[in-house]
Amino acid sequence: MILGAGVKRILATLTALTLLVMYLPLMLVVLNSFNTSRSFAWPPSGLTLEWWRRAWSSDGAREAVMTSVQVALASTAIALVLGTLMSLALQRYSFFGKNSVNLLVILPIALPGIVTGIALNNAFRGVMGIQLGLLTVIVAHATFCIVTVFNNVQARLRRMGGSFEEASADLGAGVWTTFRLVTFPQLRSALLAGGLLAFALSFDEIIVTTFTAGAGTTTLPIWILNNLFRPNQAPIVNVVAVVLILLSIVPIWIAQKISGDAEGVR
Amino acid sequence: MSTDTSRAAVPSRTAARRASSLLTSKPWLRLTLLLTAPLTWLVLVYVVALAALLVTALWSVDSFTGEITRSLTFDNIKEIATESLYRTVTLRTIGVAAAVTIIDIAIALPIAFYMAKIASRRMQRVLVIAVLTPLWASYLVKAFAWRSVLSDDGIFEWASSKIGMGTPGYGITAVIITQAYIWLPYVILPIFAGLERVPNSLLDASGDLGASAWQTLRTVVFPLLKPAIIAGSIFSFSLTLGDYITVNIVGGANQMLGNLVYTNVGAANNLPLAAAVALIPIVIMIGYLTAVRRTGALENL
Repeated sequence: MILGAGVKRILATLTALTLLVMYLPLMLVVLNSFNTSRSFAWPPSGLTLEWWRRAWSSDGAREAVMTSVQVALASTAIALVLGTLMSLALQRYSFFGKNSVNLLVILPIALPGIVTGIALNNAFRGVMGIQLGLLTVIVAHATFCIVTVFNNVQARLRRMGGSFEEASADLGAGVWTTFRLVTFPQLRSALLAGGLLAFALSFDEIIVTTFTAGAGTTTLPIWILNNLFRPNQAPIVNVVAVVLILLSIVPIWIAQKISGDAEGVR
Repeated sequence: MSTDTSRAAVPSRTAARRASSLLTSKPWLRLTLLLTAPLTWLVLVYVVALAALLVTALWSVDSFTGEITRSLTFDNIKEIATESLYRTVTLRTIGVAAAVTIIDIAIALPIAFYMAKIASRRMQRVLVIAVLTPLWASYLVKAFAWRSVLSDDGIFEWASSKIGMGTPGYGITAVIITQAYIWLPYVILPIFAGLERVPNSLLDASGDLGASAWQTLRTVVFPLLKPAIIAGSIFSFSLTLGDYITVNIVGGANQMLGNLVYTNVGAANNLPLAAAVALIPIVIMIGYLTAVRRTGALENL
């Protein structure tokens, strides 16, 4: 297909415009973290470093970040194991009910968060009689994180094909040896990409978290929601958001580098 | 690698060896071992929870004690089926979700096409990072950023008053704008991945055979891309369908289905009614998923 220079230019303009709209509110968040006006009126009334200083000494924010990191690490670890097992089963074998199992993996993310949230809230409190807390949040997050690992690994398995594994088996390697030396090395970057996505998903989740965290469990999104409408705290929330955006560039860059190296030319 | 392989080929402990050869000869045993853990988890945590939700929707709350009465009744279902409030809110929610999805697809198609087919390899990588980064900014902060953008003394009012317009203020329009903004990367990425899988040689062949760019898009690219577009739409539609926080932040006094569920769990303390309301998005999403399943969209999520 040959595109005229005009069409290309229009597409480039649209792309630039889209990115501008995507980044304008984020830049506003950055600017507001220095804005002296607590209601973030435009144009800013003046610039200050006060919010950054206060955010630095905010114990609430720091504890919330630690809780969120714990939750995200634990649920990502569970999702990595379960998602990999599931994708190996669904990609390498065919069996009765395969489509239903496939749908079951997708369901926790395809159904709205509020449904997952209330269903798990009801199951934990009403059916199982478990106290809500850190553990229930981790279980809930792991459940909807499985699909991100599953999708990445499954896509990789599909592209890999089974011939290397068959060759390994023909040469006398056992099931475990084949997985360790043949399958796993090829999956590594897919696992990393899926794991990063799962981590991000868990780190930012608010709706399911609201329903599955007890009163004492404050993840970062819950802390943000609690402080967003407090005039004294809202600017600090902006600072936390800016720090997160800056930090997020690191894992994204790693993921890009790895997937770029693995894919080769188009 | 070579030393590793030679070491592995030597039969080590016999028990492990026997287990391995048993597994090699019995594919169903391997499958069972692979499936047991994830399937048990999903069934125990999720299927049981959904089933319990369904049962809870058939219970009721004693209006005097506030305790849940565990006898089956269809009162809740009847209430959401007949009360006009639920119909209005359901239609509004579907309308918002559909609008968000259509806007996102319309914005995502050109940028995804540029990323996949026009941008250089280097540029492409930069663009993927540029699209991914906003995902990491907190959802709440993005919603709140739009609250300040759209407020009466915000940047939108400031900029648009110069061309004689004003901010739409807080309401349904603000909800649609904010949700479309927040879920946009979730729609761009599957469509970009889908476009990357369309081989350039097909596009060249179509061009060589005399098709115009538009014809190629319509008859070659679009059919191949449909599953990816639907996959993206599942995200934006479902995520909007259950949202109640953006509505609280920029929606003014408006309610969506999520708000009805949330207030019934919290303030009204009526879990059975909340469960019954939650069945509405479940039915909508399951209907949507079954409708698109044949297109292969679920493999593109």
